Amino acid sequence: MSTAQERVHLSHEHALRLLREMLRIRRFEEKAAELYSAGKIRGFLHLYIGEEANAVGVMQALTEEDAVVATYREHGHALARGLPMGEVMAEMFGKVNGSSRGRGGSMHIFSAPRRFYGGNAIVGGGLPLAVGLALADRMLGRSCVTACFFGEGAAAEGEFHEAMNLAALWRLPVLFVCENNFYAMGTALAESESNLDIAAHAGVYGVPAEVVDGMDVVAVEAAARRAAHAVRQGEGPRFLEARTYRFRAHSMFDPDLYRDKAEVEAWKERGPILKFHDWALGSGLIHESGVEALEKEIAREVEAAVAFAEGGAWEPVEDLTRYVSTGDEAAA
Amino acid sequence: MSEMRRITYREAVREALREALSRDERVFLMGEDVGAYGGAYACSLGLLEEFGPERIRNTPLAESGFVGAGIGAAMNGMRPIVEIMTINFSLLALDQIVNNAATIRHMSGGQFSVPLVIRMATGAGRQLAAQHSHSFECWFAHIPGIRVVAPALVADARGMLPAALADPDPVVIMEHATLYNVEGEVPADGELAVDLDRAAIRREGTDATIVTYSANVMKALAAAEALAGEAIDCEVIDLRSLRPIDDATILASVRKTHRAVVVDEGWRSVGIAAEISARIQEQAFFDLDAPVERVCSVEVPIPYPSHLEQAAIPQPETIAAAVRRTLRR
Amino acid sequence: MIDFAMPSLGADMDAGTLVEWFIKPGDAVRRGDIIALVETQKGAIEIEVFQDGRLGDIKVGPGERVPVGTVLATILEPGETVPSPAAETPPSAVEEAAPPAPLSPRPPMPQLEAERAVPAAAPGEAAATRPRITPAARRQAAEKGIDLATVSPGAEGVIGLAEIAAVAAIKPAPAGETRARRPGIDLGEMRKAIAAAMSRSHRDIPHYWVSQTIDLTALFAWLEAENAKRSTAERLLYAAPLIKAVALALKERPELNGHYGEAGFVPAERVHLGIATALRGGGLVAPALHDADSIGLEELMTRLADLIPRARAGRLRSSELSDASATFSNLGEGTSEAIMPLIYPPQVAIVGCGAATLRPFVVGGKVEARRLLTVTVAGDHRVSDGRRASQFLARLDALLQKPEAL
Repeated sequence: MSTAQERVHLSHEHALRLLREMLRIRRFEEKAAELYSAGKIRGFLHLYIGEEANAVGVMQALTEEDAVVATYREHGHALARGLPMGEVMAEMFGKVNGSSRGRGGSMHIFSAPRRFYGGNAIVGGGLPLAVGLALADRMLGRSCVTACFFGEGAAAEGEFHEAMNLAALWRLPVLFVCENNFYAMGTALAESESNLDIAAHAGVYGVPAEVVDGMDVVAVEAAARRAAHAVRQGEGPRFLEARTYRFRAHSMFDPDLYRDKAEVEAWKERGPILKFHDWALGSGLIHESGVEALEKEIAREVEAAVAFAEGGAWEPVEDLTRYVSTGDEAAA
Repeated sequence: MSEMRRITYREAVREALREALSRDERVFLMGEDVGAYGGAYACSLGLLEEFGPERIRNTPLAESGFVGAGIGAAMNGMRPIVEIMTINFSLLALDQIVNNAATIRHMSGGQFSVPLVIRMATGAGRQLAAQHSHSFECWFAHIPGIRVVAPALVADARGMLPAALADPDPVVIMEHATLYNVEGEVPADGELAVDLDRAAIRREGTDATIVTYSANVMKALAAAEALAGEAIDCEVIDLRSLRPIDDATILASVRKTHRAVVVDEGWRSVGIAAEISARIQEQAFFDLDAPVERVCSVEVPIPYPSHLEQAAIPQPETIAAAVRRTLRR
Repeated sequence: MIDFAMPSLGADMDAGTLVEWFIKPGDAVRRGDIIALVETQKGAIEIEVFQDGRLGDIKVGPGERVPVGTVLATILEPGETVPSPAAETPPSAVEEAAPPAPLSPRPPMPQLEAERAVPAAAPGEAAATRPRITPAARRQAAEKGIDLATVSPGAEGVIGLAEIAAVAAIKPAPAGETRARRPGIDLGEMRKAIAAAMSRSHRDIPHYWVSQTIDLTALFAWLEAENAKRSTAERLLYAAPLIKAVALALKERPELNGHYGEAGFVPAERVHLGIATALRGGGLVAPALHDADSIGLEELMTRLADLIPRARAGRLRSSELSDASATFSNLGEGTSEAIMPLIYPPQVAIVGCGAATLRPFVVGGKVEARRLLTVTVAGDHRVSDGRRASQFLARLDALLQKPEAL
């Protein structure tokens, strides 16, 4: 986990770290798609491919004490936040060694040690939670930041506006991160918002907002560091709108009828990994040999994660009703 | 037994709030007009002056937002008490209650608990018409992952809040709005917290069991008094907890009396009375000497005129008539 | 060689139609390439490949709909060669292929209590004819050894704890005794029950009647000889061989012995003959004489001697009230020659006998005074026709001519 600096220090190590984190998410999800097609992973599977720069960039600005609230497209956030890849994969398999003992699946990854307050499958449902987490931190005298990720679709929900108002009204330490990928499932932004400028929505509540290129990991990190620093200084909530794009369909069972293929291809050319890789190579921050080593290392990590998930146990059906109320945990 | 004192239901709630705020720094009260106004039902009157605006936290009219904030704060070390002015407004917060408060412990594999207390006023009887007279207790009682209690007596209004705060999981307290002015006895001193798991027998009897909760406990007791004049001896059970339901107390009584009448201010269809009735026939069928009777609200939005409103909800007379039917008298 | 299968793209997808192959056998593929288009319930979805290599055989052609998991094509790993075309599997083989194995290993799922099937509700017909006895009353009656058939219903026609208590108060059952005496028959209630049953019979059952006059001279002669050998207590009444013969004849005519319910006619396997018994003061009850076709005449007499007084005292067992598969109604002493009875539902036949009187009858071409019995069968036309009743009567006649065989 990085430190709470206001600015990006783009060392050789840091550049490699950014690339590694993005590649870990990419390779993990490619494997997940394969395993989904093979029936190993079930339920809904929402892939983050194309949007990796956002989670990776923002996480650089957070400390271990900070909290994270995410959405149902949260594998990337969980991995970038430091959850072990094997536990995330096992969760998607529904195994007991998953991050939530398999009870949640792909959309509900949680981790108390990482202060990762979950994938939330109700659009906008996580925003009031983030407000409450920040309220508690403030009342308990902690100087933590709660980073709350959501998509642009959530901006149409009442909970978005209620949370924005409460956070601003009470000057709570929340860093709102809107990952605007321009489609709420299959509904284009222009079909759902009267004002296409999502950052402006935050402005009406007096929350300072910044728009950032969500395909540029360094730009996201820089903006997140500025915003998190302000939040940490007690200046109240901040709002980032990261303009990004998912390369894959909304979920696995989505024919992607609502987007033009040329549009998808154009965004892919600006892919965050491709872009950062080429830039870092060109600027001499990283070397091809280093990238190759990275790919091998990540391939091994993904392989080990799958093995971890495959090797996990199924929760006995006798334990079905556990984890509903405190005190009903399994004896083991 | 310790000495008793008489206070109103409202005073009991306020006293419990004050005690909780004094005992535990992590406790705070949050809701619409809980501050300077003193709460829509004056339960928090005076607490702002005593505990300040951080802990007697007025909220905007944003039920989903502040209930969700209560959940987040509860997950992060605080012990929030969220007041929802009335149960009808709780519908705007159902997403947070159902999709977050009730599920997070399970979805996280037991990693996060939500020690949140939600209080709300419920019920009909004050000519407030269809949108302010609801009894949606069954909606909440349907959901695994939350506890639902309904204090009928002043002592329970006083004792359920500390017990709810001691629970590590979400607890919803349903306060019937017609009860706030009712006076009753509470112990003068000592630990006042009550056991949230158990129903209570408010009147012992041998001929029929009346099962009910909240304000209808008083109506059931009135019906039982009237029936005593006809040599019909009723037992009255106050459920107190609507989730979980204390089957043991109900079944022991029905096995003794062989007759059951369930009284519920909720509508008859698919409600708590249906649930209790099903449990009795599932577990005490061979003890029954008559079909289980239900006395519920008539299937109509609660009307404004008093005579129609009163005709729509259970009354001592309709309860007594149901008891007589179980005795085929 | 790797199988490229119809992918599972959601729990609600069980099959897909291959629309188009974007590549042909032998083409190189790279992990992530889109190589086919598949039509699903949600629309056409591009399918990617997860391996590097070359496309081998195509097993499923455009337009074919196959279940999830079906091999669509093979992917040759680097270094592998394309099999010769002769070895190719014809595409039609796909349809004959066994269904693919389940997609993912599932944990064992023991059936949970909550999921157990709930027994279906009792049919309405049964509920309608069932006495209204509360569950608590049933249990208490069993505990106290009280025969519920001896308990008069109370308010609303229900037997509840109060009614059981009233019976128990009159005669508390001493330990070991299993039956309590009932305080008496409520004739008013009985008349209501007869009214309900006969109204239903007359309304619902399309009756037909067939009569035959049977010569009982031989039977009476045989009875006289038999009874001469017996003590008074052991004497046979003519009803005994008559009942036995009716039961035997019914056994051979299943269309007349059984019950008509919601599911239609169900023949009875055994013959439990309801013996219509008139009560003093009015009223009628027809308790079942169990297995009337297979007991000897002495046993039959013993059983009648037990059954009839108990019927008149209202101390019948519930099985005796509910088990009858057909009814026998005998006017016995008296002068009425014939009876046209109504069937007791849900039975399908009743055999009615007039008085056995001396009447003129043609025997060997000459008119003689003989002891004659006119037997009428009422049958349910939904189940049987007059011819069956006629055959029954012929058989009955034959049986009664050889009383010594009964």
